Amino acid sequence: MNSETIENTIKIRNLKLWYDDFEALHGIDLDIQKGKVTAFIGPSGCGKSTFLRCLNRMNDRIPACRVEGEILLNGEDIYAPSVDVVQLRSYVGMVFQKPNPFPKSIYENIAYAPRIHGMVKDGPEMDELVETALKRASIWDEVKDKLQQPGTALSGGQQQRLCIARTIAVRPKVILMDEPCSALDPIATAKIEELMDELKEEFTIVIVTHNMQQAARVSDYTAYFYLGDLIEFNDTHTIFTAPANQKTEDYITGRFG
Amino acid sequence: MMQTDPQAAARKRKRDRADTRFKLYGLSAIIFALAFLVFFFVDIIGKGLPAFQQAQIQVEVHYSEAAMNNYNKAVDKQYKRLVSKTWLRLVPNQIRDNPELMGTTRVEWVLAENRVDQFLKGHEGHRLKAKYQTLVNQMYEEGKVKLVFNTGFFTKGDSKLPENAGIVASAIGSVLVLLLTMLFAVPVGVMTAIYLEEFAPDNRLTQIIEVNINNLAAIPSILYGLLGLAIFINFMGVPRSSALVGGLTLALMTLPVIIIATRAALRAVPDSIREAAYGLGASNLQVVWHHVLPLATPGILTGSIIGLAQAMGETAPLLIVGMMAYIPEAPGSILEATTVLPAQIYTWSGESLRAFEERTAAGIMVLLAVLLSLNALAVKFRNRSENTW
Repeated sequence: MNSETIENTIKIRNLKLWYDDFEALHGIDLDIQKGKVTAFIGPSGCGKSTFLRCLNRMNDRIPACRVEGEILLNGEDIYAPSVDVVQLRSYVGMVFQKPNPFPKSIYENIAYAPRIHGMVKDGPEMDELVETALKRASIWDEVKDKLQQPGTALSGGQQQRLCIARTIAVRPKVILMDEPCSALDPIATAKIEELMDELKEEFTIVIVTHNMQQAARVSDYTAYFYLGDLIEFNDTHTIFTAPANQKTEDYITGRFG
Repeated sequence: MMQTDPQAAARKRKRDRADTRFKLYGLSAIIFALAFLVFFFVDIIGKGLPAFQQAQIQVEVHYSEAAMNNYNKAVDKQYKRLVSKTWLRLVPNQIRDNPELMGTTRVEWVLAENRVDQFLKGHEGHRLKAKYQTLVNQMYEEGKVKLVFNTGFFTKGDSKLPENAGIVASAIGSVLVLLLTMLFAVPVGVMTAIYLEEFAPDNRLTQIIEVNINNLAAIPSILYGLLGLAIFINFMGVPRSSALVGGLTLALMTLPVIIIATRAALRAVPDSIREAAYGLGASNLQVVWHHVLPLATPGILTGSIIGLAQAMGETAPLLIVGMMAYIPEAPGSILEATTVLPAQIYTWSGESLRAFEERTAAGIMVLLAVLLSLNALAVKFRNRSENTW
C-alpha cells in the first residue's frame, strides 16, 4: 500500500468512549479511505456499532455517552465545539439496521432532507433530485409509478433501498451503514450489496455487519473489533486469508463468536 | 402412542377444564357488569323519557283590564290552578306588547301546571286535588288537554316551576366552561409534555416533576376546587360562579391527564423515526415538529378528549367555586354567573316536586349523550392512529 496515492477521508485518533463509567471503546486508531467500502466486524457488544455512530455523532443523543480523542474528517475534528452537527450529518449520512422510512409518501421521504437543508426548491428541480436519488439506489423502476404512495407500504428490501436513496439525496461524502441487511432476505441483501458496489465510486462507505461473508464480498478494508478494541485492520483479502492476529483468525474461521 | 397414554389424556382433560372455568369467570364478570349497565340505562331512560313530553291545556284567555291588574283573572277561575303560573304571569306583558289583544277573548293552547302534567302521565305523587282530577279527566275526553313534545326543555333555562325548567342555560354554561378548559389545558399540557419528553435532560429535577405530575392526576378533584377558590377567586379576583373560574379550575384538574396522555403518545412514536430524521441532519425541533408530533397527534387528541370529557362531567370542584347555584339565565359572557350540566342535574335532584325527578333523569340523558359522543370521537381518533410505521 502506498500511502501517498491513497486519500484518507476519516482519521480516527485514540478514540475512547464511555457510557457513564463503562469504557466501551479503548482508544481506537483507524483511517477510513475515500471511495472504498470499509467493514467493521466482530461479535455482539464489541463496540463496532458504537464506533460507527461516533462518525456522525449519533451518540450525542445518549446523555450518558462521553467521547475522548479525535475524529478528523478532511482534517477537521468533528467533535470540536465549533462543528455544526446538522451539517456534519448531511456530510456523513446513515442507513440503519431496520428499514425506517418516514410514514409519508415515497417522494416525501426523499425530498424531506434536501428541503430542510435548503438544497433545492420544491418543483421540477426537486422532482429531478428525487428521481436521481431513486435511480442511484436502483429502486426507481419499482416505484416510479407510485411516488405518492406511503414508503412504509414497500417490501423490506425496497424500504431499505428507499432509505439509501433518502441518504444519498443529501449528497453526503460518507455513508454509514449499520447492519443494513440484517432484517432482509437473501435476494434483497444481494441487491443492496450490488448497490454498495456501485455507490462506492462516489461515496465512502462504512458498513457494520454480523455477516462475515458479506464483509468479504462487499468490503475493500475490514476492521475486526473485540471488547472495545480494534484488534486488526487491513485490506479485506488479507484479513480473510492471512490474518495477523490469532483472535481475528479464530473469529473469521468461526471458532469463536 | 399419544392417544393411548391415559395420563396425558387426564392432563389434557384437566387443562381443558381449567380453561373452560377461567372463560366462565370472565364471561360472568362481563354479564354482571352489563346487567348493571342495562339496569342503569333502563332506569334513567324510563324516568327521563316522559320529561320530553309536556302537558298543554286549552282554555279561554280573557285579555282584559282585570287581567292586566291580576293575571289570575286571565282565565276562568276553575282553570286558574291548571294553567302554569309562568304563562299566566306573562299575560299582562303580552297585552302591553300587542295592544290589539285588549278586550278580546281567545281559545288558546297554553302550558299546563306541573301537577296536571304529572297526573296526565300517570305518575304517583302528582298531588293534584280530587276536584281538579275530575275536571282534567273531563277535559281530556273533550280533547282539551294533550301531551306535546317538550320544546321548552331545550330552549329555556332553570326555573323553580318544573314545567318551565329547561336545560339550555346549563348546557351553554357547560360549553363555555369546556371551551375555556380546552383553551387553557390543551396548549399548556401538550407543550409541557413535548418539552419533558423530547427536550428536557433526564435529571433529578425532571424526575421529580414527572412523579408529581403522576401524583396530581390522582388527587381528589374537590381539592382542585379549593385550589381554584384560593388562586383564581381570592387571589386573582376572578368573579365566582363565572365560566372563567370554572374553566380555569377544570383546566388545572385536566392538565395532568393531558400531559400523561401526550407523553405516552410521544413515547409510542418509534425511536427509529427520530434516528432516521437525525441521521439526515434534522435539528431537534425539526425532528419533533416534522416527524414525531404528526405521528403522535391522534394519541394526543384522544387523551385530550378523554380529559375534557372527564372535566365536563365533573361536579365537585365546581361546587367550591360557586357554580352549584340557581342560575336561570344563560351567561352572556365568561365573567357572568353560570351553571353547568352536572350541577344542574344535582340541583334538580334535590327538588321536592315530582316533575323535577323526570327532569333530573332527562338531564342525565343529555349529559350522557354528550359524553358518549365525545368518547366516540376519541375512539375514532384512536382508530385512525393505528396506522403503519
